[in-house]
Amino acid sequence: MKRRRLPIVLSFAAVLFLPGAAWADLPMTYLITNGSAANPLAHLGWGLMGLSVFVIVFIALAVLIGIWRGRRSWPMDAAGRPKLLPGVNAAPFVVIGVCVSIVLLFGSAVWTFFTLAHVSQPPKDPAITLDVTAHQWWWEVEYKHYGQKLRTFVTANEIHVPVGEPVRVRLIGTDVIHSFWAPELFGKMDVIPGQTNITWFEAGKAGVYRGQCTEFCGLQHAHMAFHIVAQPPAKFHQWWTHQLADAKQPVSPQAQHGERVFLHHCAICHTVRGAGSPDIVAMGKLGPDLTHLMSRHWLGAGTVPNTTGYLAAWVENAQSIKPGIAMPTMDLTNRQLLDVVAYLQTLN
Amino acid sequence: MAEVPTYRTPEVITPTREFLDKMEEMWSDPPGIIGWLSTVDHKKIGRRYLVTAFLFLFVGGLEALIMRLQLAQPNEHMVGPHLYNQLFSMHGTTMIFLYALPILSGFSNFIWPLILGTRDMAFPRLNMFTYWTFLLAGAFMYIGFPTGQGTDVGWFNYVPLAGSAYNPGPGVDIFALGMIFLGISTTAGAINFIATMFRTRAPGMSISRVPIMIWGTLTANVGILFAVPAVSLDFFLLWLDRRFGTDFFNVSGGGHPLLWQHLFWIFGHPWVYAIVLPAMSIVSQCLPVHCRRPLVANSAVILATILTMVLGFGVWVHHMFATGLPVIAMGFFSAASFIIVIPSAVSVFAWVATIWTGRPVFTTAFKFFAAEIVLFVIGGVSGFMTAAVPLDWQLTDTYFVVAHIHYVLIGINVFPVIGGIYHWFPKFAGKMLNEKLGWWNFWLMFIGFNVGFFPMHISGLLGMPRRVYTYPAGLGWGDLNLVTTIGAFIFALGVLVFLVNVVMTLLRGKQAPANPWDADTLEWTTSSPPPHYNFGVIPHVGSLHPLWEDRLEQSDGRTVLHEGLKLDEEHEIPGTTILDAEADVILKMPGKSFAPLIMALLISGVFIGMLLEWWWISGAAMCAMFPALLYWFWPSAEVGRSPRESRA
Repeated sequence: MKRRRLPIVLSFAAVLFLPGAAWADLPMTYLITNGSAANPLAHLGWGLMGLSVFVIVFIALAVLIGIWRGRRSWPMDAAGRPKLLPGVNAAPFVVIGVCVSIVLLFGSAVWTFFTLAHVSQPPKDPAITLDVTAHQWWWEVEYKHYGQKLRTFVTANEIHVPVGEPVRVRLIGTDVIHSFWAPELFGKMDVIPGQTNITWFEAGKAGVYRGQCTEFCGLQHAHMAFHIVAQPPAKFHQWWTHQLADAKQPVSPQAQHGERVFLHHCAICHTVRGAGSPDIVAMGKLGPDLTHLMSRHWLGAGTVPNTTGYLAAWVENAQSIKPGIAMPTMDLTNRQLLDVVAYLQTLN
Repeated sequence: MAEVPTYRTPEVITPTREFLDKMEEMWSDPPGIIGWLSTVDHKKIGRRYLVTAFLFLFVGGLEALIMRLQLAQPNEHMVGPHLYNQLFSMHGTTMIFLYALPILSGFSNFIWPLILGTRDMAFPRLNMFTYWTFLLAGAFMYIGFPTGQGTDVGWFNYVPLAGSAYNPGPGVDIFALGMIFLGISTTAGAINFIATMFRTRAPGMSISRVPIMIWGTLTANVGILFAVPAVSLDFFLLWLDRRFGTDFFNVSGGGHPLLWQHLFWIFGHPWVYAIVLPAMSIVSQCLPVHCRRPLVANSAVILATILTMVLGFGVWVHHMFATGLPVIAMGFFSAASFIIVIPSAVSVFAWVATIWTGRPVFTTAFKFFAAEIVLFVIGGVSGFMTAAVPLDWQLTDTYFVVAHIHYVLIGINVFPVIGGIYHWFPKFAGKMLNEKLGWWNFWLMFIGFNVGFFPMHISGLLGMPRRVYTYPAGLGWGDLNLVTTIGAFIFALGVLVFLVNVVMTLLRGKQAPANPWDADTLEWTTSSPPPHYNFGVIPHVGSLHPLWEDRLEQSDGRTVLHEGLKLDEEHEIPGTTILDAEADVILKMPGKSFAPLIMALLISGVFIGMLLEWWWISGAAMCAMFPALLYWFWPSAEVGRSPRESRA
């Protein structure tokens, strides 16, 4: 009996107390949220989870007490078998249980529908519209509208937004199905080739929020993260203005050599606005836009931090870090590698 | 006794020793490999289903353990993404298609004719055919995996990822053709169960006296008949897209990837009920025996079972809440998914009330059934949470759903199955499984399962996505995954103890009496194990609880066991009417035959030819089916001697 109860009790203790206060530090939980598209979902989540835990405890106790009651002495029949107990009519018990269940379900459904209606549209018309295109296995982000301005630029895997402003996201599928999700800010929306899904979110306070693809999309599904950087409007505006600008010309001879290496080896897949000359430009569209690479904190869609060491390793042999991606192992000399990394590090 | 309007009216006799010896001789198979390959005995088929499904469970379990080792800590490198993706795809495919339904078909094949008081399934050769096709389809689905060519896009197989542009290898073709192949087995099995239920019950077993286990399996099989065509079509269209360049799912050609998902889940959700309703009905059938009273609200539970299946066809979109569908449409499917909780609640409260008002006997079987109630509720409420559309936008495709599906499939399928094997092992093998080992078996499985799978809820709530081969540190997932891995191994140990118990019992177990649990239904009137002919004379059923009716004093009807219809001219069983089960015809049942095996092999040939694109193989196999079917249906001296008889 006691042994029977222990694992159940432990399990409940685990769900109720173990993570406890530390949840606030967990970057991917959706039970503590920071945005008006996610907060009602968290409330609904806590509510339905509380109800669920109550139901589990109630039924588990009912089973345990039922078993415990059954331990009373056993009447035997004439043949020495445990006597059958035909008499008790327990059907009313079932009826009551089902009726209570119906009431609870009805309440849950009503709450669900109100939440659904509440979050299906942003509280005000979004000032910013983003086109997020999901690729195997990274995110291309194109800024469209910002207020009255329609000036576009493209970045990847890191989305900056102003705090307190709803953002509209148009999700564009190109290859396979992905799902766009940053749990502290909004629930999932799939990115499906052949249809443009639209979602929205609003960051309630400044911070870096982690997101990740959640529809299985092939070999490197595990390494398809992104980050949302929510900033005060003034800082966001500064970032936005900076991103609009072209890349600066490299100054040091090493970086200048690196730019030439880049143009010959990398530019077929990557764009760096403003790089090169009229004869040779970097306008490749297969990989992420690198115009302001150094303003980003991660490489390879959240796979490794954007440090000199990881950057060099990535350029040289990205396959060893994220096997199966489109970026080939580059056949560069040591000198070329160091120079191209020096050049990339000027792209702030 | 009802009149039997055939050319001969069978006598009612009390069987003698000589008579039974004659029956045994008549119904037994020839010895050796000939008998093994040509048998159509439902008990042998049932045992083969059970053993084969357990082998698949074992393989799928090993795949899971490798995955659990890989996920035990962040950033592990034990297996790479290529192997991991094959492992989780084969794990899901194996457990859902090659274990979960076939194991229940094993129970049903073995138990149905015994519990219905007859001697075989309605179509014995079709029955054998379904086993061979299941076995061959299962083997077919595994041909790619050992060479690293297994399917690696998950059991849900979403396009475009499963399309030839992103997955040119043979893995998806094997899976697609294998699923169509397996669908033949499942469909044929469903037809057989439905016909058996409606036409071959013992005389007197009117519709209100049908044991609840039959209802669960029957409901599931009616559902299968409507659900499987959707998935067979889906995989066939995919195969056309991949091999012939059609555009059913290709956006560039005017197709749409969501078509795949709709067709898949129109099948997929009813399939979930197909693999849990029969298992739930095992609990409804056996739990009361170990509680020493009839099931509370028996009719309500039957109606709830049927209602679950009906509603189950209207909830498929809840797998697609994040695909950008209109809010109103999602609201409808959300409501339907909430409503489906109600019939589930009926079963749960009925089981709890049965325990409360009964006197539980603490057998291993009882422990598994009682545990199932709690695990069912945990899996049920997590499903209820995912039915809420906006909350599902957060929960879907996280480990929360992984926890949910395992509480449902292990809690409501594996636990009742193991309990059911403890319960019916006397019939399966004539021996009693060891209760001491059973104690270890249960507690290792129960504790291991909850230690392993409950933390998945939490890692899901902390945002861990499904189907990732690794994950970074610093997100709070590492410790939970370690606990999950430990629990998974404890659970596996529990399954191992079960296997040890089965093997030890088979080798030197205690001989079982006919009715060790003092149970209520007809299978317990036969010896353990039952004779080849099941019943020497066909019983006449008088109530829902034939072996308890004297003690329950609930109805006036009395079951007649000691004397009954003498049906001894080759393989004969009575055919009975649908509602009242009045005997109206003598059914001449076919005996041993190689035709089912030959047909199954020829169908394998068709699919192998399709896979290799060696069309002449497929063509030759199809042509060979005509003589094979002629052989199958060739009128024999024993079968169908008069028009009246062959009518049914």
